[in-house]
Amino acid sequence: MKFIFSLLICPLLAYALGLMLPWWSVAIAGVLTGFFIPQHRLLSFLSCFLGSLILFGSMIFFVSFSNDHILAKKIGLLVVKDSNEYLIIALSALISALVSGLSALTGRSFAIVLKKS
Amino acid sequence: MKYLILVLSILVNGILIYVLDTRKVLPLPLGSFLSLQEGVWRNAEPNNQDFNANLKLENLEGKVDVYFDERLVPHVFAEQEKDAYFVQGYLHAKFRLWQMEFQTHAAAGRISEIVGSKGIQFDRNQRRIGMVFAAENALSAMEQDPQTRTSLDAYTAGVNSFITQLNTSDLPIEYKLLGYEPEKWTNLKSALFIKQMTNTLAGYDRDLEYTNALEILGEEKFRLLYSDIPDSLYPVITADSPYLKPAFAILPPETADSLYFKRTDTISFTEDEKPNPANGSNNWVVSGSKTKSGKPILANDPHLNLTLPAIWYEIQISTPEYNAYGVSFPGIPGVVIGFNDSIAFGFTNAGRDVKDYYQIQLKDKSKQDYLFNNQWVKTNLRLENIKVKDSSAFLDTVAYTVFGPITYDHSFKTNLSEEKAYALKWVAHDTSNVLKMWLLLNRAKNYNDYAEAITHFNVPGQNMIFASVAGDIALWQQGNFPLRWKDQGLFVMPGTDSSYMWKGYIPMNENPHSINPIQGFLSSANQRAADTTYPYFMPGSYEVYRPITINRNLASMSSITIADMKNLQNNNYNVFAEMAVPILLNNIDRSKLTDVEIKYLDLVASWNLNNEINEMGPTCFTIWWDSLSAVVLNDDLLRVNIPIIKPEKFVLLEALQKDSNFIFIDNIETDQLETLKDQVTRSLKNAAIKFAELEKENKLAWGIYKNTTVYHLLKYNTMPFAREALKIGGGSGIINATMHDHGPSWKMIIEMENPVKAVGVYPGGQSGNPGSKYYDSFVDTWSKGEYYDLKVMNQTDIKQKNYKWKMSFSSK
Repeated sequence: MKFIFSLLICPLLAYALGLMLPWWSVAIAGVLTGFFIPQHRLLSFLSCFLGSLILFGSMIFFVSFSNDHILAKKIGLLVVKDSNEYLIIALSALISALVSGLSALTGRSFAIVLKKS
Repeated sequence: MKYLILVLSILVNGILIYVLDTRKVLPLPLGSFLSLQEGVWRNAEPNNQDFNANLKLENLEGKVDVYFDERLVPHVFAEQEKDAYFVQGYLHAKFRLWQMEFQTHAAAGRISEIVGSKGIQFDRNQRRIGMVFAAENALSAMEQDPQTRTSLDAYTAGVNSFITQLNTSDLPIEYKLLGYEPEKWTNLKSALFIKQMTNTLAGYDRDLEYTNALEILGEEKFRLLYSDIPDSLYPVITADSPYLKPAFAILPPETADSLYFKRTDTISFTEDEKPNPANGSNNWVVSGSKTKSGKPILANDPHLNLTLPAIWYEIQISTPEYNAYGVSFPGIPGVVIGFNDSIAFGFTNAGRDVKDYYQIQLKDKSKQDYLFNNQWVKTNLRLENIKVKDSSAFLDTVAYTVFGPITYDHSFKTNLSEEKAYALKWVAHDTSNVLKMWLLLNRAKNYNDYAEAITHFNVPGQNMIFASVAGDIALWQQGNFPLRWKDQGLFVMPGTDSSYMWKGYIPMNENPHSINPIQGFLSSANQRAADTTYPYFMPGSYEVYRPITINRNLASMSSITIADMKNLQNNNYNVFAEMAVPILLNNIDRSKLTDVEIKYLDLVASWNLNNEINEMGPTCFTIWWDSLSAVVLNDDLLRVNIPIIKPEKFVLLEALQKDSNFIFIDNIETDQLETLKDQVTRSLKNAAIKFAELEKENKLAWGIYKNTTVYHLLKYNTMPFAREALKIGGGSGIINATMHDHGPSWKMIIEMENPVKAVGVYPGGQSGNPGSKYYDSFVDTWSKGEYYDLKVMNQTDIKQKNYKWKMSFSSK
């Protein structure tokens, strides 16, 4: 249950913070989620990672799809030398997911350290 | 353990965020660049984007409604003229902000601020040729004229109105790629844009190379190779009556023979940024006597570097004073090439030399004093502070003389001695208000209005073509052209006294022009404006062949329609080849050729002289002729290792047509005497090596070999934003002047019926955003040689909702 809650709240918080703050605000969302939702560190990481991957992945896909992937193909060639739109969409989502997951891990680890001492 | 995990996770996470946030590890900060909320995904414009908007903005006085058609062309209806320019500025910024700023940064020598130290040399050059100085002079004239000032202020306010409300996350992609943000627009930036265009069109110069060529070849041989008056000259204007003699004779200084024509030193460097000499255009107009409708038809296609975002932005501007349609330059207000309800206007480049270098003697390395009329005169030192991204600023000092800025001195070209320098005299530095011409042309109703409008224009000299609904046609070569004695300014001139200075400008009313000529048509294609009876010396870089095909066609055409004019603009006939191929074929020694070489020879022999994409003839001919030119001329021109420039193509062609013993045919590096036959045969053998390579790569077909490409402005850095391998024929010297990355940047044909009928197309799209489907939406139509109808919207269209989106602007 906590896992599901974390999986939902982490990306939503990241999105909300992203409306006002730079891209790295996904890390703030991750740290907060990890800190306040007690579960195994690995689950903290996974919930935020997966949640962000799903949310950002699907939103980016939707944006790119509405654009007929015109831009995705060009940016794909520019960044990863491949015009496959899914590759660049996946990479974009993965960046947010990875930072989000690792931040949750950091947050959780911090909470564990505080609690035990 | 838990501490270790905490420390490790902080470390890994921190490093990851740092790597994704900086440009120091990866070339792009992928975290922000690929972010959904602030990165490039913000620029992925939905294909059903809704451009409707209701905007309440400051600095507007009345109401402005903008109706966009399905091609995203805005039709601006303003209650007040100045509001129209405000909205034009807003729209330019909305759709083209990055290019406007990038081009004006480039003009001002501020590229290092964006790209870092690799831009310093470029920036120094821009400042040393006095680009900002020129723009400031232009601005002072523009701001002194109330009409221009009002228009420019409104335009600038419109651009800034858009910039102010722009979020960082919505910046154009290029800002995100390069990592910087736009600054406020200023009137000076509009002046800088004009000067950038001036440099593009009136910045090509060969004085330094000609000085070297004179030294290497001597005067007699120099004149053989560097004449600018071809036998096959078809001047822009054929005078109806003989030209009048000038009021006074313009004579060279007494020292010219010794100090000018018999110089003994050469120049070891060349100009840094030479504009493309192919920058030019076609325009023509036929009178009603030659058209089916009985009304004049005007056509224009300016040849420039083909870029995305395009240099042009299509627009209709309707105010209580006028109703104009055409293309505008993002960067300045008004319609630049187009028409209104009464007249049409277009331009080609005059190509005349309005730029000279003077050799300056400096007192010492401080550049504070120079010798002029036997005394030391103070220079005006201008400190140039070039800001450099990720580095400290680069300081440069440019000394201004009575001639103009010292472009080249020991601190810029290090092999110059501390006392020797070269100053630039350039019409572009003069104070002038060229914008006024467009503001007046947009509202011109007849020939007299046009004639008055163009008097405000000084540089870059243009062939300004005109047609009216009333039935008049006209063509003026307009601009300020220096009054020169014969051969003045071909070479670097002594700058130690006033005797070599320009004696003013040719009176504008003596610029070549023609109104309603008997033959019923007028045209220009960057050729010499007048024949040798014109009483003034008019050096320049001129086209020879396009005018021949254009005039040949126009002379024979009758009952002309817009469709005929489309065919003419798309004409791929190579008249240069028509004259050059016989020389090649008549002088080839078949007995010395291999079977493979004969195969290539036959490709040229059987070619129909049209540069069509599937033909191999044009590829083989072009390479063969270049090879012949190298075989004939390189031994003479390249024997000394100093900068030199190749003679114009017509020189060798006409020399060989007249004289098979042309003095340069013999290779001076061999003992034997080579004949034309030897050299033509040898040049084919040299070229055949290249043909074989191309054939192996399957690149011998003209379209593939030429590989017409519209590059993004950042060129090789952003190839995914370019359009490559476009299937379009044509080439140099051909009416369809499409080369690899250069050619017709706007094609327009206008029939002066009431209402005016017009078609046009440019190789780009209305949006500058590579993430928009409107970014390159015209490119395929353009490469197919097709056009769009240019629909002038009126009140009926608005009532019947013949538009796709509406943007309303009103004051706050």
